Amino acid sequence: MAKTRTHAGRSIAAHAILLTYTLIALFPVFVIVINSFKSRRAIFAEPLMPPMPGNWDLVGYTTVLEQGDFFQYFLNSMTVTVASLFFVLLFGAMAAFALSEYRFRGNLLMGLYLALGIMIPIRLGTVAILELMVSAGLVNTLTALILVYTAQGLPLAVFILSEFMRSVSDDLKNAGRIDGLSEYRIFFTLVLPLVRPAMATVAVFTMIPIWNDLWFPLILAPSEETKTITLGSQVFIGQFVTNWNAVLSALSLAIVPVLVLYLIFSRQLIRGITAGAVK
Amino acid sequence: MASRRPVRWHIGVFLAPAVLVYTAIMIIPLFGTLNLSLYNLDGQNRIFVGLANFATLFGDPRWSGAFWNALWNNCWFFIIHMLVQNPIGILLAALLSSPRLRMAAFYRTAIFIPTILSFVIVGFVWKLILSPIWGIAPGMLGAVGLQSLFAPWLGKEEYALTTLALISVWQFVGIPMMLIYAALLSIPDDVIEAAEMDGLTGWSQFWKIKLPLILPSIGIISILTFVGNFNAFDLIYVAQGALAGPDFSTDILGTFLYRTFFGFQLQLGDPHMGAAIATAMFGIILVGVCIYLFGIQTRLRRYQF
Repeated sequence: MAKTRTHAGRSIAAHAILLTYTLIALFPVFVIVINSFKSRRAIFAEPLMPPMPGNWDLVGYTTVLEQGDFFQYFLNSMTVTVASLFFVLLFGAMAAFALSEYRFRGNLLMGLYLALGIMIPIRLGTVAILELMVSAGLVNTLTALILVYTAQGLPLAVFILSEFMRSVSDDLKNAGRIDGLSEYRIFFTLVLPLVRPAMATVAVFTMIPIWNDLWFPLILAPSEETKTITLGSQVFIGQFVTNWNAVLSALSLAIVPVLVLYLIFSRQLIRGITAGAVK
Repeated sequence: MASRRPVRWHIGVFLAPAVLVYTAIMIIPLFGTLNLSLYNLDGQNRIFVGLANFATLFGDPRWSGAFWNALWNNCWFFIIHMLVQNPIGILLAALLSSPRLRMAAFYRTAIFIPTILSFVIVGFVWKLILSPIWGIAPGMLGAVGLQSLFAPWLGKEEYALTTLALISVWQFVGIPMMLIYAALLSIPDDVIEAAEMDGLTGWSQFWKIKLPLILPSIGIISILTFVGNFNAFDLIYVAQGALAGPDFSTDILGTFLYRTFFGFQLQLGDPHMGAAIATAMFGIILVGVCIYLFGIQTRLRRYQF
């Protein structure tokens, strides 16, 4: 009897703490989104009231959509993220396969060399990267961003994927070799499908920092045609500091796509983190 | 034996793309930056000056004040993360991993949401909420009778940096939470059952059994926090601008590097001093990582199940 009571008490305390923290985590986002649908007067008079027929006003959204080319920014972000992700996963998986499958001289050294980038941020090479991109004529192109993000994502991808590839059974690969499959066929048709969960983990870890990065778009591709959505909203919001309706709507427009994507993939994300990242 | 084996070209083919891109975009520029920090302009020509840029950076009063200020601010930024973010992350993970907890998936998903938002969103959202003009923060403090505690935190020199560090903690607490949560889940059930047999439950079980087992994960989190913090830039830039106001009180190494390299207002950009700052950051991160790898990680006891 006493035991069940302490159990119940402990679980209530746990729920209380978790619920409090959940409120802290969600409250700021919630306040911004509800106020973006309200009139200027209601934003200031009753900031915590949900939007209702009396205070409903979409003036913020109309201002934002007239001014900034948000659709173009969104498209740029998509292009950069998807292309970088593709190259990180393909090149990373190939290198991880070579490191985990074959014994050759310098294998360990190559692994260490590729892992160096996990600890040292690519940002510190910015000065030289900019000079390189200027001399290659790639400034203000999405290609520059894709190249940088591919290099940035590779170390972690190779590290995680090679751990996983060591666990793929040798018998399967040797059976393939006996059947006369080339090493390339073994990689693409036998090994890649088996490490799909690890690829999902790597994809998530690579994607979030690329989508949210402000530093490289600001330095390598600040022109109107190549702005990513993160840079676009930063510049745009900066211009409208005093127009509260527009600022709140711009923030909501920047939050919602990421939030929807996250809620769709959150199950895979959490499974990926808890299954692979720390082992 | 080895001489009879044909050259295995496929190894090269598998390795080449990753190694080429990584070397060309990451390693060579990194060394380029280190190299550039040894040069300076003499009129129009780039000349080799050895370590003179570093002497200027650490010793010349025009530069060293700003540098030491940024370095100290950066350390404070890191201290706040270690003292607030990681304990909260561990607490949340410990609660989430208790076996009979309902709605664990909901909490996990919700608490991780700030982590997926960009710095731009996070910076502006908190700027609005803490703004004295809008009045959400003073209004909420007023509701619990604490309105007198409110101050325009982001605008006061003595509070601004701590406030920004706490905002960053709010954003990233999901990462330690997830990593510790994963580590706690991987503790085998028989270890827990044996502890329960011995009468260890609840918090004493956490302190005596689980915490020692997850120490390696806490080490990884600390080093990730360190690298992330000494490389931070975006949040400060979004919330306070490149000048890291008020009066440079929120200036950290990242914003200092940006200002030096690209210039701001009346000061011209200086790639050589910028490279010197980047090299100093590189050195700091390298020293921190080495202290961790050789001083701490080798002393952690690992348990195999």
